[in-house]
Amino acid sequence: MRQGHQSWVFPSRPVIVGSAAIGGPFEAKGPLADDFDTLHGDLMMGQDSWEKAEKVLLEEACDKAVEKATLRKDDIHFLLAGDLTNQLITASFSARTLGIPYLGLFGACSTAMESLALGALLVDSQSADYVLAATASHNGSAEKQYRYPTEYGSQKPPTAQWTVTGAGAAVVARQGKGPQVVAATIGRVVDMGLSDPFNMGAAMAPAALATLEAHFRDLGLPHDHYDLVVTGDLGKVGHSILSELLPKHNLHIPLDRYQDCGRMIYGDNPTVWSGGSGCGCVATVTYGHLLNRMRAGAWKRMLVVATGALLSPISYQQGESIPCIAHAVAIEAEPNEEG
Amino acid sequence: MADQKKKKLTPTQQQYQQLAKRHEPPRPLLKNFVRAFLVGGLICLLGQAIQEGFIHYFHFTEKTAGNPTVAVLIFLSALLTGLGVYDRIAQWAGAGTSVPVTGFANSIASAAIEHRSEGFVLGVGGNMFRLAGSVIVFGVTSAFVIGLIKTLIRMGG
Repeated sequence: MRQGHQSWVFPSRPVIVGSAAIGGPFEAKGPLADDFDTLHGDLMMGQDSWEKAEKVLLEEACDKAVEKATLRKDDIHFLLAGDLTNQLITASFSARTLGIPYLGLFGACSTAMESLALGALLVDSQSADYVLAATASHNGSAEKQYRYPTEYGSQKPPTAQWTVTGAGAAVVARQGKGPQVVAATIGRVVDMGLSDPFNMGAAMAPAALATLEAHFRDLGLPHDHYDLVVTGDLGKVGHSILSELLPKHNLHIPLDRYQDCGRMIYGDNPTVWSGGSGCGCVATVTYGHLLNRMRAGAWKRMLVVATGALLSPISYQQGESIPCIAHAVAIEAEPNEEG
Repeated sequence: MADQKKKKLTPTQQQYQQLAKRHEPPRPLLKNFVRAFLVGGLICLLGQAIQEGFIHYFHFTEKTAGNPTVAVLIFLSALLTGLGVYDRIAQWAGAGTSVPVTGFANSIASAAIEHRSEGFVLGVGGNMFRLAGSVIVFGVTSAFVIGLIKTLIRMGG
């Protein structure tokens, strides 16, 4: 049900009955390693290309999420999936394996919340009983497509980010046990004229701000409503920019309750520069760490704002700036868990 | 160019970019210069040692030792690229590893490895010079222009 200009509230409170996070060897060394369901020691996942490895990640995440929801793949009505590769080959080829009716989505790194919001909408409108929302990214395939060959020796600036090798998936159901999706805000494309692909955090921060402003305005919520507000992959640079922008724009979200998945996934590791990024970043952190903490009762209400930079290597080479988007999904803990 | 771009920005965009700039950690220029100088110099020193080796042990002249020296450096660079080490050294060394001939070899070897999954002809063959191609094109073109200028000056003198 639409509320305000660009938000949905879901009165039936669709439930995330199962979620899974799969990661690679580098993620296994990070502080959130325990929250992954499977961690691969081999960056190639036993495949012969980065693209095939990424597909393995997404398939495993989907399988695991369905298994944890104690369902079978046949029970899932729709698969909403996306990734960063050209023509969405990871998502589409995984959908071929899974055999679930499929809609491919692209919102760059914001796809994780785009698919969760749409999944909740389908369930809430009784268009589906079970929806699987899944996204993946792979460091190798992202470097190959957006930047240079993985073994090419180029020095990256401190504002650059490290694409996460990982996939996350969630099963959204009409009823069941688990955290509930209560609302979502669909972002508009924001372009502040930045054009440096090695500084995505600064390019995406205004998009996150715009979506946050819209979310609180549409739903009329107090700014300290959420126990945790988390952005997708702004990294250290974007996180510090947004932390300054929020109070300037009269959004008084307590800054100790504001975090960023790109900063969380690798901790303070300086070799990832500004932090993690990619579809897999917000997906693995949300569907692994954050939902686990919520199920454990660490917080009751959280807002996940997944940010995406909608550029391509061609648009960048043609001198275009980077348009960015952010989608927010509000998740609440199961009410009876409170007591 | 940069000024032209700025003129197209709205005041809000300009204001934001100024704010964002303050949050960006600057590139550690001095550190990068020193490292590039050290590593670049070290690679050249290695080249010099290899050249001396060819002259002393294999009886090359100073002129003919050049080609086998470059070949050895290219081989070492391609080997380190294949072993997955070159890109790590390069993140530390910056221009120190990209300017010498080893950087050129790395750009070709890395592209060839990366596109091996698309086959030998369209993958390796078609993509090997993706990065190095522009160096060759502009290198040859500028050499031609410089050659032309040199000839004209000689004819005049």
